[in-house]
Formats: sequence, C-alpha cells, structure tokens
Amino acid sequence: MKTSPTDRNDALGQATGTVAKAPALVSLKNVSKTFANGTVALRDMSLDISRGDFVSLLGPSGCGKSTALRIIAGLGDASSGSLAWPVRSPVDDKSGTGGPNQDISFVFQEPTLMPWASVFSNVYLPLRLKGLSRTAAREDVMDALQMVGLESSAGSYPRELSGGMKMRVSIARALVTKPKLLLMDEPFAALDEITRFKLNNDLLHLWEKFGWTVIFVTHSVFESVYLSNRIIVMAARPGRVVQDIAVDAPYPREEEFRTSDTYNDYCRQASQALHSAMEVSEPA
Amino acid sequence: MTMATVDNQHSLSGEKNRKATKSLPEAARWISVAGRMAIPLMMLVLLITAWSLYVWAFDVPHYILPSPMRVAVALYTDWPILAPALLVTLKITFTALTIALVGGVALAVLMAQSRIAERALYPYAVILQVTPIVAIAPLILIYAPSTQAALLICAWIVAFFPILSNTVQGLKSTDHNLLNLFELYGASRWQTLVYLKMPNALPYFLAGLKIAGGLALIAAVVAEFAAGSAGAGSGLAFRLLESQFRLNIPRLFAALFLLSLTGVAIFLTTNTISYLLLRKWHESALKREN
Ligand SMILES: Nc1ncnc2c1ncn2[C@@H]1O[C@H](COP(=O)(O)OP(=O)(O)OP(=O)(O)O)[C@@H](O)[C@H]1O
Ligand SMILES: [Mg+2]
Repeated sequence: MKTSPTDRNDALGQATGTVAKAPALVSLKNVSKTFANGTVALRDMSLDISRGDFVSLLGPSGCGKSTALRIIAGLGDASSGSLAWPVRSPVDDKSGTGGPNQDISFVFQEPTLMPWASVFSNVYLPLRLKGLSRTAAREDVMDALQMVGLESSAGSYPRELSGGMKMRVSIARALVTKPKLLLMDEPFAALDEITRFKLNNDLLHLWEKFGWTVIFVTHSVFESVYLSNRIIVMAARPGRVVQDIAVDAPYPREEEFRTSDTYNDYCRQASQALHSAMEVSEPA
Repeated sequence: MTMATVDNQHSLSGEKNRKATKSLPEAARWISVAGRMAIPLMMLVLLITAWSLYVWAFDVPHYILPSPMRVAVALYTDWPILAPALLVTLKITFTALTIALVGGVALAVLMAQSRIAERALYPYAVILQVTPIVAIAPLILIYAPSTQAALLICAWIVAFFPILSNTVQGLKSTDHNLLNLFELYGASRWQTLVYLKMPNALPYFLAGLKIAGGLALIAAVVAEFAAGSAGAGSGLAFRLLESQFRLNIPRLFAALFLLSLTGVAIFLTTNTISYLLLRKWHESALKREN
C-alpha cells in the first residue's frame, strides 16, 4: 500500500497527540481487506508497532495473519483504512513512495526460492538488486548462510534441499540485508523441534544484537511467548485483533525460560486468548 | 553471529548423492545408452528388410516403389543435385528459425511489459497463425522481392508463433510471491525482467523452440510446393516435385529421406539445447528421484 504524505502526517499527529510513549514505527488504522471473491480477510484492524519490538501475531489458520503482514510490507493494498510509518524520516524514504522498501525483509510462509538459482544466488538476490557485485556480496551471503547452518550447501539447488532447509535459505535471504524491520510468516513451522529451538535462540540473539523490529506470525503459543515481548491474538472471519498481551519477561531469554513459571503463566494466558478467539470466530 | 550447524547431515548426504550419480561407471552408462538405441535400430533393420523383401518378392517396378538399395544408390549418384537443394532448404529453415527466435522473444518481452502492446499486436499474431500458410503463400509470392524471400517469410510466419505465445506465457506465469519479493526489494522493471521473468520463461521458450524447429522445416517445404510453379525452385521440395513429374521415384525417396533426416536433426538439436539449459533445475530435464 502506498501511503500518501497526508496519511503519514495524520498518523504522526495521532501518534504524538494520543500516545504517550515513543511514536510507533508502523501503525495500522482500521485496516480492512476484502478479496475479490468477497472473503473478508481483515476488518478494522488497528495496531501500532514500536521500534525494537518483537511482536507475534498469533491466531487460528485463515484469520488473516499473512494478509496483515503483506499489507505492512506494502504488498497489496488494504481495501480501507491506512498504513503509516510515523517516525520515518524523509532520508529513510529513498524510494519517495512512503513505502518501507529499503529496510524491510520478508520471510514468506513458503520458501519462495528461485528454482534456477543456487542457494548462494538465492541469498545474494537482495544484494544483487541493490547493485552489489557477487564478490562484494560474498562475505555477507556466506555469513547469512552460516547463521542458518547452510554454508556447506551454498552450491546446491533448491530442489536438492529438504523443506526445512529451503525455509532456512529463505531466512538467510531475509537476514542478508540486515533489515531494520523483519517480517516473518511462520518461518519455523516446517522445522523439527530442535532446529526450531536453535533458530528461535539465534533469532533472539540477532534481534538483541542489531536492535531490529520483528513481526513474527506463528500458530504456536509456546513460540510466541518464548520469543516476543508482545503477542497480538487474532480471530478469524473476519480477521481482527482480539487481545494484546504484553510479555513482561526480561531478555536475554535462554532455554531455562522455557521451564520457568512466568513462561507457563504467559502460555496459559495466550492459550486462553487463542481459545476464546477460536470461539468468537465463525466456523469456516 | 556464529551458529552451530544442527542438521548439516541433510546437506552432506545431498553432496554424497550427487557424487554418486557422477561417478557412475562410464561403461555402465554407455551400455544403458546402447540398450536404449538397440530397440529402434532393430526396428529399422526389420523395416528395411521387410521393404526389400516385399519389392523383391512381388517384383514391384522401381517407378512405383524402389527398393531401399535403389534409394541409397540414387542418394549417392544424385548427390550433386540433392546436396545444393538440401543446403537451400536448410538455409531457409534456419534463417527463418533464427529470425523467429529473435523476433518472437523480442515481441514477447514487449507484450509482457506493456499491456497496450499486447492488446495491439497479439490478435494479429493469432490471425497470422490460424490462417493456413498454403493459403497465404501465393500472395506472399506475389509481394515478396524474390522466391527465396517468400519462402523465408512463410517459414518465419509459421515458426514465429509458438515461440511468441510460449514465451509470453512463460513471462507471465511468474510466481506471485517471487514478484512480491522483487517488489519488496525495490527491483526495477528491468531487473525483474532479467533476473526473474526471463529465467522463469526459459522452459516455456524452449518448448516453443522445439515446436518451431519442426514447423519451420514443414513451412519451408510447403511454401516451396506452393512456389513450385513460380519456378526458380532449388530446395528439396522442388526436387521432390520434379522427381515426381519425371517418375524418378528413387530420387524422390532420396529427397524425402534427406528431409526426414533434417527434421530429426532439428528435433535432436532443440532437445539437446533444452536439456543442457534445464538439466540443473527444471523438472522436465530431471529424473524423478524418490
Ligand atoms: N488471494 C485470495 N483471494 C481470496 N481469499 C483469500 C486470498 N488470500 C487469502 N484469502 C482468504 O483470506 C483469509 C486470510 O488468509 P491469510 O492467508 O491471511 O490467513 P493466515 O492467518 O495467514 O492463515 P494461515 O495461518 O493458515 O497461514 C482466509 O480466509 C483466506 O481464505
Ligand atoms: Mg498465513
């Protein structure tokens, strides 16, 4: 969605006027999305995301999580409502469209790799599009591949990888640009538990180290509690926010956190929220 | 940023598999190739024997059905006449194919980039394609500067469409999520075309090329048949007609043989090109490994 300058000013006024804390990095206001076939994927979704947050979108299948993420990324317009980047300085906005293109990365729900390109070339893509040469990008690409434990598969083609490995390539491609805002759509759903836990920890470390903002879509209550400092619980048909849970547990979180009482309490709370979200959702 | 490698076993075993298929003994591969060739070759021998036997047993006159031996002799003795004709046909076919390839791809790119260009041009490409070439050939013969040029135009018209329509299809059937990804990373139109749409269209284009290769030869022959009365013919099709008029049936068969051979050669060439370009990634060039 291309936000017009007026939208941005509105949102900025709103943010400074009514919200006491730091202005949001990205702000959805009454966003609705109706698809061409009449499906109402989102209705009146409002959400402010602060810089540096690790936010999870938690909700039943089909509740519009992917749709919301796409709208935030500027892929596909909302049918109504607005998307604004209140604190974005004009300097950040290189494309001049108000869009966030320069520093967003997106991990799609599917690996979305180019089948004709090697793992290396797939991860190199975002840098290539920025005009970096292969040799100049080599180190960054290999670093990103190392983060997901795939540096030895750089020369393989996607068809030679397992489903989980493809997903990790896709994650490496998102990390290679060192994005300010990382949008992840169920990135770990296809992975075994051990790898998933490891990547959870890796992601948390990177997030703390680089001060990214992460919006993370998941089905898993446990994953959302472990990772995020804020959980947005959504209900389906129409997709909307039903609860906003602040997870008040300190970082860095290590494996011990998974067995702590705080963790259990939050899991219970998020679980209940999810259950009530399922109940208020109309049957598909 | 250092992360342990939890399940590198996947990648390692993948590496192993690749090496295994590579180090498959050369000899075994040759045997399997020979095995695959053996059946069609045996079939060929069988057919030629049956043909010879039939001609010999029923004493068929050679101006009705010449024996394979006679055809072979005709091929040899008439080679000075047939070879230049073959060359002309080859030249027309390949020139037409090359122009069709360049023009088809260029036009496809234009159409995929601009909706207006597509609306303006595609209908006419379709009309050109659906009108039988034999029907247009006489007209083209009138308007073209020379018979050679007319033949070329005919072959081009026929070869051009499969390349165009397949390439357009390929350029347009790019995965939407990949398009989203390119948009997200601020790719220019040009980058999206070169890095995403073109590689994606390659298998489609190659499928079009395979069809176009065969059609170019057919059209070159058909057009020459149509041009036959206009004289000046020296391609294989003209020799074919000429042999028929003169009841030189062995030479007719020899010319026919050369045409088939050309067709097969084109087929094998386009198939090989396609295989070489796609073997790394496209399903059509890969063995199923389960
Ligand atoms: N292109 C489309 N056309 C029509 N309806 C769509 C389209 N994409 C999604 N939908 C519908 O919109 C709703 C939300 O879809 P979305 O993909 O956002 O769900 P989700 O929360 O990501 O689900 P999941 O967890 O299963 O991925 C669904 O009911 C789906 O049927
Ligand atoms: Mg989804």
